[in-house]
Amino acid sequence: MEFSIITLVPLAVLLPFFGAAFAFAFYRHQNIQRSITVGTLIITVVLETFLLSEVWNGGTHAVSLAGWPAPFGISMVIDRFSSLMLVISSAITLAVLLYAVGQGAAEEKNDSGPVSIFYPTYLILVAGVSNAFLAGDLFNMYVGFEIFLTASYVLLTLGGGEARIRAGVTYVVVSILSSMLFLITIGLIYAATGTVNLADLALKLGDLEPSTQLMLHVLLLVAFGIKAAVFPLAFWLPDSYPTAPAPVTAVFAGLLTKVGIYAMIRTETLLFPGERINTALMIVAALTMIVGIMGALAQTDIKRMLSFTLISHIGYLVFGLALSSIIGMAATIYYVAHHITIQTTLFLVTGLIERRAGTSNVDRLGGLAKLSPALAVLFFIPAMNLAGIPPFSGFVGKLGMMQGGIAENTWITWTLVVASVVTSLLTLLAVARIWSRGFWRKAEDVEERSRLLTPKSLAHARAANKRLLPPTMVLPTAALVVLSVAFTVFAGPLMNFSRAAAQDMYERTPYLEAVLGEERVDGVREELVEFTTGHLIDLTTGDDGAAEFAPIRTSLEPEHQTDEDGSSTVEDGTETDADNPEHDQHEEGSGD
Amino acid sequence: MTLNLTLLVVMGVMMAVGIYLLLERSLTRVLLGIILISNGVNLLILQSAGRAGESPLVRDGMDAEEYLDPMPQALLLTAIVIAFALVSFMLALIYRSWVLARQDEVADDEEDRRVAEAVGAYDPEEDAEVSTETSEFIDELDPNTGKLRTSEYVPEPEQDTADEGPASKQAEQKEGRK
Repeated sequence: MEFSIITLVPLAVLLPFFGAAFAFAFYRHQNIQRSITVGTLIITVVLETFLLSEVWNGGTHAVSLAGWPAPFGISMVIDRFSSLMLVISSAITLAVLLYAVGQGAAEEKNDSGPVSIFYPTYLILVAGVSNAFLAGDLFNMYVGFEIFLTASYVLLTLGGGEARIRAGVTYVVVSILSSMLFLITIGLIYAATGTVNLADLALKLGDLEPSTQLMLHVLLLVAFGIKAAVFPLAFWLPDSYPTAPAPVTAVFAGLLTKVGIYAMIRTETLLFPGERINTALMIVAALTMIVGIMGALAQTDIKRMLSFTLISHIGYLVFGLALSSIIGMAATIYYVAHHITIQTTLFLVTGLIERRAGTSNVDRLGGLAKLSPALAVLFFIPAMNLAGIPPFSGFVGKLGMMQGGIAENTWITWTLVVASVVTSLLTLLAVARIWSRGFWRKAEDVEERSRLLTPKSLAHARAANKRLLPPTMVLPTAALVVLSVAFTVFAGPLMNFSRAAAQDMYERTPYLEAVLGEERVDGVREELVEFTTGHLIDLTTGDDGAAEFAPIRTSLEPEHQTDEDGSSTVEDGTETDADNPEHDQHEEGSGD
Repeated sequence: MTLNLTLLVVMGVMMAVGIYLLLERSLTRVLLGIILISNGVNLLILQSAGRAGESPLVRDGMDAEEYLDPMPQALLLTAIVIAFALVSFMLALIYRSWVLARQDEVADDEEDRRVAEAVGAYDPEEDAEVSTETSEFIDELDPNTGKLRTSEYVPEPEQDTADEGPASKQAEQKEGRK
């Protein structure tokens, strides 16, 4: 067997595990622990970047663990979507880790909790998240979820203070409940089909009765919905996240809910394609957006406010998912990557604000723009990005979703488009309130202000900046801000990549071929192609007006490709691009 | 697929009792509920194998139908181990909660309470204003901050940063010295 980098896929999970084991072994030596953890994460990021470059053009690959072939053994699957998520998640966790290291060094104090636990647990969290992204079967995905959830329980209750225990109890009970629901669904799916392998399920679930399918579908969505904090199931989130230490909250907010969304997208495209419950999903998405942002407006604490915007922006992702069109899914994939970065950055900046001003309550903040202009810039860029102000990446992602919604042109998608515009404006209001109160108003206007906000002179302020905002914490934050700006600069290639990923996921044949082998898929290829085209054609072409509103999607209409060859990848996409040069220009224009 | 009716009924009862316990406010009961539910789920997975059969060791001359499906038991083992870990963690949490607050209940969220006070929220179940603290065991002193607990909210900058912002405290001390 010739060597290929794809065979190293399991290392993305194993490396953090080994790192965690070694870090545990050196629990008495903080420095060794720290360097092991940072080193492991750097190697993981490098490996995953190689994997991403491998699948950038090459499509989907599967690795059968221990050589057992796919429906019987455990397989790990890497495609464009999962490799993008892997790279983003590891890059984020690395930046947050450096921030946490900087914070520890700045505080020079080890009695604030069992710190020897932090680094290994953090690596286990990374391993669990990677495992969930790579899992090729439902049960392995469940195990991945449990790994990172258990690690997150420990991280959330780190130190065991009263507030954290209170928050931890809610979080743990709700998470266990959703895991139980997930496990029940796995049991029922196994009873109905006799397999838990995702690719195998994709072929077998279609033969079940529609009512059974619907039940399994809804159960799975509820289980993932709790993890992803979709509206009626999201009340645990703002109660539990803000109490944790700043780096932990940042990683949780950025990653954990997105793993839920990832699982929703994966199962929705692979196991339960079609439009059966799209309307229900859209209603849920609209409520998530509106209720979430209303909650954010009622808060005075920045951390809590950000937790609510997190919920609200999950609504966008569900909206893009519920469109079940290439453009909607492409925008969702892009938006997930963007939102992981932005939300993490904002929580890290909030950690910095809390250090600089002694509080994260906007009522007691003021004059920060004058005190520390660097901090103001670090807050301003991701905040505007979150609100979706052009030209930032948040705008690009939202624009894609709205185009998808408008192209579909039904009353529910129009409602969603309106709701997403309103939510975007309200998000702007929420972050503008923090900006104008915390950064722009004079420190003298603040009631009960901390002494930190009113230094005697500029020199005092600079000294405080130096002491409270060490470069070891500011630099990782700045790196994340740069990454988020990079999403804007490279929006064109990234959007094309997301579109190819969405195409792969809706066609399903690349995934199935990678896992089950071509022979197995050949027997059902006709059905699959028929299903995909049957469902996506009327979505993509829409009525006469749709093409005018959404020039993007014409360059990737699925029927062009599936007619020629069911297992098309990027080559076909570029062919069709060459066929329609006039659409290319549209695409360029809207990608900018 | 044939099913064992007894196991099915037992599973149903365990789930029902588990959900009832999960809705209680006392953490120990919540834990018992979680244990019951997780074992109910394990029974469910066990039954997804169908009727009992021969042990799955390949022998000549036996149909595939006659073997027991071993896969659910493999899944089940993993699920048991995970549930065990979660239950022990929950126990540790509950014990810690008892040590800190002398409270075996799901506590109210501080911020929720503040919002409720500001708005004057009404609890239809109690037919009264939302109460603040009901535990008879609760300490007068907050062990986290060493401050007196009060029903109304007193802004304390130190309280927010007690865990993660000791540097700001140091800074204040320094400035105080000046």
